[in-house]
Amino acid sequence: MADLEKKQTNLDCNPEFRRSRGGIINFLENNRRPLSALMVFIILMLFFIIAKPKMFLDWGIYDAVFRSLPILIVIALPLVFVIVSGEIDLSYVSNMLFSLWIFAAAAKAGWNPFLCMLLAILGGAIIGLINGVLVNHIGLKSIMATIGMKFLLQGLVAGGSSIMPIPLNFLKDTLFYNTFVGKIGNFPVQMIWAVISLVIATLLFNYHKFGSHISCVGDNLESSREMGIRTVRVKTLAFLYVGIASAFAGVLSGLIYLSFEPVSGSPDELMLAVLASVFIGGTPTAGGVGTIFGAFIGACTIRFIQTGVIEIGLSGFWTQFFNGLIILIALISHKFHKSR
Amino acid sequence: MKTKFLELKNVSKSFGKVNALERVNFYIKGEPEIVSLIGDNGAGKSTLIKIISGIHTLNYGEIYINSKKMKNWSVIKSRASGIETVYQDRALAFQQTIARNIFMGRELTGIFGFLKSKLQFAEADRLMRTIGFTSKAFASDSIVNKLSGGERQGVAIARALYFKANLMILDEPTTALSLTESEKVFDFIRHAKESGTSCIFITHNVYHAYSVSDRYVILDRGEIVMETDREHTTAEQLVKDMQKIAQSHDKVREGIKNGRS
Repeated sequence: MADLEKKQTNLDCNPEFRRSRGGIINFLENNRRPLSALMVFIILMLFFIIAKPKMFLDWGIYDAVFRSLPILIVIALPLVFVIVSGEIDLSYVSNMLFSLWIFAAAAKAGWNPFLCMLLAILGGAIIGLINGVLVNHIGLKSIMATIGMKFLLQGLVAGGSSIMPIPLNFLKDTLFYNTFVGKIGNFPVQMIWAVISLVIATLLFNYHKFGSHISCVGDNLESSREMGIRTVRVKTLAFLYVGIASAFAGVLSGLIYLSFEPVSGSPDELMLAVLASVFIGGTPTAGGVGTIFGAFIGACTIRFIQTGVIEIGLSGFWTQFFNGLIILIALISHKFHKSR
Repeated sequence: MKTKFLELKNVSKSFGKVNALERVNFYIKGEPEIVSLIGDNGAGKSTLIKIISGIHTLNYGEIYINSKKMKNWSVIKSRASGIETVYQDRALAFQQTIARNIFMGRELTGIFGFLKSKLQFAEADRLMRTIGFTSKAFASDSIVNKLSGGERQGVAIARALYFKANLMILDEPTTALSLTESEKVFDFIRHAKESGTSCIFITHNVYHAYSVSDRYVILDRGEIVMETDREHTTAEQLVKDMQKIAQSHDKVREGIKNGRS
């Protein structure tokens, strides 16, 4: 009994120690994943600036990168939610194409482009929802289910459109065009949309119970269910979010290139670039933790490598080499973070 | 004296032909108390707590909460009556903060479901203080996987406390823990009692359980064979009692052997 009393007096001696700690060290500690992603990005940029100062101190290259970078960002951020929940989605590029097809077909028919965009987003949302239902309600493995969805959509778009491209030139310089991919001075507007999507995703992930639920579900599914989180619904919502974002990214890409191309381009390269953005940003594959800001920085890193490698004078084939290298470095750093 | 919070009368439970519990009478007082269930493997300890938390349905007998007879006892009713089962540390999300674990699934939110993070941290802080979670290294925004086994139990206990549980059930809370870690857990349990929560836990180690418990219930082969409290016994006496019970088995076994041979 005396022991117990003694313990309690000890406790009373320092009543303040359990306050939430602040300070710079704690900040660094809690944000080490996105911060190390930021470090990698800064080192990369310094390297480019030193190697090609004329090129990389000129706005031109940033203008070029900022034109297409938002596509990567808009999808990568919601994908963090799916990966943190312990699943994966590989169908988003096909979903982009599918939604853009809806948009282009409706716009060509003379509908108001804002309405067409809503239609496209609705289409993307439905695909996302189907993915979510397949994985969470029916219980398929997400990697297989979404690969199935990817091929299904690619085939649907190719077959349905008879591989006929739909030019979107008629949208150029309209109010709609300027709202999404216009310019403010020298600054591409789509980058503002990328920042808006960063704000939304950050709010949801860090400051909303959705993000809290997603993290708990990815961390310990059993216990989350026991504690009353509606795990199936939460995980399906993450797929829905990716679906909506894919549709938005699809319409953006249609506006940037002013065309809908059913089979051109290299969809798999974009798919891997988005995945790489998430992993380079500091979100591990295992689920439970992730970082939105990291994925944003990861997307920047990937896009600047793609541009920078060519500007530095290497052949475009080297981009894949450097992307691969950065991914491996990122994965090794995840291991390092985990072991701490 | 206040009415008993929980009362089990003549409770029996069998799995097929095996009688796990036979006509057990058990209660928890109205004022907070700590009860340890002691007994060999297969004595029916786990069955008893699973009946209380509603996981097992009972074959026979009655359950009363505050002297009110409960019908169709279930997990949901058990929770609604303020009985929280602490599923040990495996019920925590290890990569999340202490606060997030405590509020898992029942977050404090404001408009549009946005989190009241500061309030959550403050509340988590208060709870950990209540159970005497004393560590200079950790705050309510610390990640759970940095905590020791005993401290993780503390987080699980704090979670049960937040929902103003009347009764906490812990299934062998100290089995995998070292002596100092076990002491921590018992300390948390003591503090929980001070803040008004009763506690039942299962243990194998009588010496461990002695100092923390108010009452000891020894089960054997599905029956409560002994019930005593700290004022009327010592740890040594308890161990002797348990040995006596074990020896009675041996005698029965020998009797069977002799009878057969």
